[in-house]
Amino acid sequence: MYDYTDFDESFVRARVAQFTDQVERRLDGSLTEEEFRPLRLMNGLYLQLHAYMLRVAIPYGTINPRQMRQLAMIAQTYDKGYGHFTTRQNIQFNWPKLPDVPAILSALADVGMHAIQTSGNCVRNVTADHFAGASADEIEDPRPYAELLRQWSTDHPEFQFLPRKFKIAITGAPNDRAVTGAHDIGLRMTRNEVGEPGFTVLVGGGLGRTPMVGMVVRDFLPVNDLLPYVEAVLSVYNVLGRRDNKYKARIKITLHETGKAEISRMIEERFAELRPLFGGADQALLDSIRAAFAPPAFRDAPTEAYDAFYKADPVFRAWADRNLAQHRAEGYAIVTVSLKAHGDTPGDATADQMRLLADLAERYGHDELRISHEQNVILPHVHKSDLPALHAALAQAGLATANVGLASDIIACPGMDYCALATARSIPVAQELALKLREVGLEEEVGPLKIKISGCINACGHHHVGHIGILGLDRAGVENYQITLGGDGTEDTVVGEKTGPGFAYDQVTGAVERILRAYLAQRHSVEETFLQAYKRLGIEPFKAALYAEAGRDAA
Amino acid sequence: MSRSFTPKVVTANRLREGDVVYLTADDRWSLVHHEAELIEDEAHGQLRLLHANAAKLEVVGAYLADAKQGPNGPEPTHFREAFRTRGPSNYAHGKQVDLTNV
Repeated sequence: MYDYTDFDESFVRARVAQFTDQVERRLDGSLTEEEFRPLRLMNGLYLQLHAYMLRVAIPYGTINPRQMRQLAMIAQTYDKGYGHFTTRQNIQFNWPKLPDVPAILSALADVGMHAIQTSGNCVRNVTADHFAGASADEIEDPRPYAELLRQWSTDHPEFQFLPRKFKIAITGAPNDRAVTGAHDIGLRMTRNEVGEPGFTVLVGGGLGRTPMVGMVVRDFLPVNDLLPYVEAVLSVYNVLGRRDNKYKARIKITLHETGKAEISRMIEERFAELRPLFGGADQALLDSIRAAFAPPAFRDAPTEAYDAFYKADPVFRAWADRNLAQHRAEGYAIVTVSLKAHGDTPGDATADQMRLLADLAERYGHDELRISHEQNVILPHVHKSDLPALHAALAQAGLATANVGLASDIIACPGMDYCALATARSIPVAQELALKLREVGLEEEVGPLKIKISGCINACGHHHVGHIGILGLDRAGVENYQITLGGDGTEDTVVGEKTGPGFAYDQVTGAVERILRAYLAQRHSVEETFLQAYKRLGIEPFKAALYAEAGRDAA
Repeated sequence: MSRSFTPKVVTANRLREGDVVYLTADDRWSLVHHEAELIEDEAHGQLRLLHANAAKLEVVGAYLADAKQGPNGPEPTHFREAFRTRGPSNYAHGKQVDLTNV
């Protein structure tokens, strides 16, 4: 993976030094909170409900064992022994104390990490397919492009004060695992008629209070034109984007107010100006970045031991069936380590778990780890012969839950247990839901299902694109949960449809169970997934199941 | 006392630790909601908020939160403020444990 150059290193160190001084000046009163607030946010430090929160970027979700161990050290030394992985492939520490933050940032810099641009109206952490460089369906590893975008966007003087935050996601595979359709810019790798790789460029996707699916502004962008084109999009947005109204400031609104044809024309016009100015420097840089993402030396070893173990051990088999994905190299598998043990907090890992994952990545995984937007950890390159030993080690640490892609593999934002913006809790809803679905034995029977929970309209929990989406709101001083159905975060990107009146906190689990029972009763066969059945049946049968009891549960 | 005024407490987060605190009648910042001064007059509330905002080296983000009188002192009326008195629901972290250990 990419290692910091001297330039990256000195940039991050300089920022740590600046922020160290700023914290000192805040603590001695030289800076007021009004002056300090934008400075701390530039460095990922929020003040939340019960404490400060530090958001650390994990660029395109890729992290090495050394970095993971450092996160564990930070969790243990400066926090309460755990970290929370988020839907933007970041990690959040929920309990840092302000005087400790400079030391934390310095510890991050020691391993080539930082919290820069994890807040504010700038280009945020570029997210990518968590199976990048490993999956069998990939055209090309998207991470060199993501890294190019990271370098270009970091401290880019023109784009530090955009109308609003700006999120870019990239996938190198036709099966979109990076929710590119719900980003300000979504980049989907494709090939043209002569087989050259390029990107289909989507603009104006986003969730939040006005969920929209991105529109294609360029069907095929040659890979070499990536930076000038993305810069053209940002440049047009920077001029047109509304600064008068925070709720209309995202590029999705700009696009709708300007019209797709006109904004595409403006982007192309700006692109024509910018393209010659890049002069090949970006391509030279890209070449050197590409070298850093060369695939590991895959082993050519027998897999009979794996096959035998798979046949013999039902627990291992269940895990393998759920948590492994097809690797592009013969004899290898992609392992998703579920951070969704039933009843636990989605996306949380303890310091011990982080250290174990780092050890396992070194021992069995070519030194690579990924964080998925679905809040799980991925070991992207594991030889199948190592899987039984890996599984045994994971099981001992409570990390072998065989539920990836099932109903209990829930995305949940921190919600009102931590977040100052939240209007309701989401974590305990996820916890109870997972426990309940296991208790009633529905999970296996239902099969593939994505439940996503947000504790406010900003939709960090991606509820709009959940097959079942749950949105927690404050209705007259009481937590109330709105349910949406049929959302889809893949290349088909669909925003879910509201079922109707919301449900009280203690009625959400029952409501979801009714939806799932309605699905089981009406599906054509075991092969018809929840989402397929929903597309065929529409919302009505589910509404009927939800509200049949004469609105008893509905509020 | 204004009849339409909902009683309030002044609450904020500590600058250094981020802990939720409440302004007491004797100008301390307490971790305990029950120890807060229950403000029953709008003008007095604004004065207390001004006082809180002047404590720039102690607290951040002071605001008036709805509260009511309870048997042990002021209590929150909204669930958000109730959560702030305790800490998160997924772990025994924050005040729900810190306060019992002091």
